[in-house]
Amino acid sequence: MVGDDTHNLTIEVHNLTKVYVGGRPPAPGLRQKAVPDGEEPHTGRPAAAARGIYDLTFSVQKGEILGFLGPNGAGKTTTMRILTGYMPPTSGTARVAGFDIFEQPAEAKRRIGYLPEIPPLYPEMTVKAQLSFVADLKGVPRASRKAAIARVVEATNLGPVYNRLVKNLSRGYKQRVGLAQALLGDPEVLILDEPTVGLDPKQIIEIRQLIRSLGGKHTVILSSHILPEVSMVCERVAIINHGRLVGMDTPEGLARKLSHSQQLLVAIKGPQAQVEAQIASLPGMASWRPAEGEGAAQGATGAAGAGSRPAQTGPVLRYHLEAQPDVDLREPLFFQMARAGYPILEMRQVSLSLEDVFLQLTTEENTEPGDGQEGPKEGAQHV
Amino acid sequence: MSNVAVIFRREVSGYFVTPVAYVVFAVFLVLSGYFFTMSLFATQTADMSITFGNMSVTLLFVAPVLTMKMLAEEGRQGTMELLLTSPASLTSIVVGKYLAAVFTFLVLLLVTALYPISLFWVSKPDLGPILSGYLGILLLGAACLAVGMFASSLTESQVVAGMLGFGLLLLFWVLGWASGNVTGVAGEVLGALSLLNRLDGFTRGIINGADVLYYLSFAFAFVFLTVRVVDARRWS
Ligand SMILES: Nc1ncnc2c1ncn2[C@@H]1O[C@H](COP(=O)(O)OP(=O)(O)OP(=O)(O)O)[C@@H](O)[C@H]1O
Ligand SMILES: [Mg+2]
Repeated sequence: MVGDDTHNLTIEVHNLTKVYVGGRPPAPGLRQKAVPDGEEPHTGRPAAAARGIYDLTFSVQKGEILGFLGPNGAGKTTTMRILTGYMPPTSGTARVAGFDIFEQPAEAKRRIGYLPEIPPLYPEMTVKAQLSFVADLKGVPRASRKAAIARVVEATNLGPVYNRLVKNLSRGYKQRVGLAQALLGDPEVLILDEPTVGLDPKQIIEIRQLIRSLGGKHTVILSSHILPEVSMVCERVAIINHGRLVGMDTPEGLARKLSHSQQLLVAIKGPQAQVEAQIASLPGMASWRPAEGEGAAQGATGAAGAGSRPAQTGPVLRYHLEAQPDVDLREPLFFQMARAGYPILEMRQVSLSLEDVFLQLTTEENTEPGDGQEGPKEGAQHV
Repeated sequence: MSNVAVIFRREVSGYFVTPVAYVVFAVFLVLSGYFFTMSLFATQTADMSITFGNMSVTLLFVAPVLTMKMLAEEGRQGTMELLLTSPASLTSIVVGKYLAAVFTFLVLLLVTALYPISLFWVSKPDLGPILSGYLGILLLGAACLAVGMFASSLTESQVVAGMLGFGLLLLFWVLGWASGNVTGVAGEVLGALSLLNRLDGFTRGIINGADVLYYLSFAFAFVFLTVRVVDARRWS
């Protein structure tokens, strides 16, 4: 029963929908029509917040680390609460570790380690008592209990506070106790709601490494607001906004998918007016602007490192160029500048950082298809 | 270990690592000690029935105080999320908690046994009514604790839960008084619902199967209702 030989998926979610009492699904028109953010279509009134999640479908491979990314109130916690059996969905199904979470909840829950948004701890218990309670609750056999607890205490560095009362712990230590109890019993699936919140920078790095090391053997879903964290830790990212899945891909894939048009960063030597005239006349150019901050510092050191400065006079000019869709600007740019006699000292393609993707996806949700695992629609321009 | 036992153990230790149990014990012991001594002086007989009657009134607030935290606090501090996503079933969680409250109350009763034991020093009291009286108080306590736990499932505030539990218990209490004033079928229905009317037999040394069953089914009904309420709240 456990695991599927045919497609090796540990988590399968189909059309999962949860509408909170008092919430309402987004109006049907909202997905096609571009309306100003936060306004009802047609009426222009502020929208009553659409609460819950709508029609989520995705799956997670065995051993994969998936990140949920989305702004506040997107529905990350709601999704996780449904996957862990804390609350039932309004409709749709979820299978975790081979068991339907609603038909065989005990079997599924036995295989899930869950760190909720607020670490669920009893303030009046010691860390030791808390962890042994959770070990018992998860059915860790008495014989191996001590070793199991020692292992998670070690992994989350809880040694110094092991005998302290939970209520006297700092926020970060509470978070670590929460993580330790999620890891207890070595569950097949780990669902971690914002696991690094409240930790100090050193701990954040350690916990990220810990989570990364869990991948492969465990299937992990984590949620985060921190984009670098998600791209660092996760193999795939699901972006959720207003309760809908608006994109799901590898961090690189998402960035690539979103840069519909080529972006170039170039450094050209020559008199400004002439160089800019040449750039403007280039066929296939969509837009260009002087590049100040971006990559300029890197470029400067790179140029200096290149050693001998060419004898030719004129300043080094840097530009950010954006091509029209499906146009490769590099060759025409090279030949044009070569003909004009202005050498290109540097040229590189820039891909959007995940941060940009995130902003773009979540501010553009009205034009996204938003259903299933489709990426953003071709030609969904953001200019 | 079964899940009921795991929950039970944590809950019992929860009572004794916080001041709750000690405060309740102290108040209950002082009050019942006072009732006991006064009834000894007043009646000049080695009889516990008056003390049992007074103890039962004390239950009106002891039961809500012992149970008000039980589910309200789990909801408020988020540990409900831990329990409900663990392999333990909702029923075993609620039953484990309930049994812990009954157990704590039983310990409390055992401590009060000091009073009747002291009677054996000075005279030869009839042991039967004392034992049956204790059984009656335990059963009544079990019923009251179930009501208190039910109240605790309705809210995330301990204070609200305590107040609700007290109000509900008082309602069941006064139903018995009303039954004396209302005639006919209505009076009988009210009398049948009264928690208190059933205690008299026990304190007089009579263990009636119907009374035992009444208290047990009363407790069962409220434990069941608690499970339903907690489950329903997950669907909101
Ligand atoms: N118990 C509840 N009752 C009613 N509405 C709720 C409840 N829990 C969450 N919501 C609503 O559902 C939406 C999604 O909330 P959710 O907590 O899943 O967001 P999130 O992505 O986890 O946000 P955050 O990043 O702030 O943690 C929000 O609009 C929220 O107000
Ligand atoms: Mg959240």
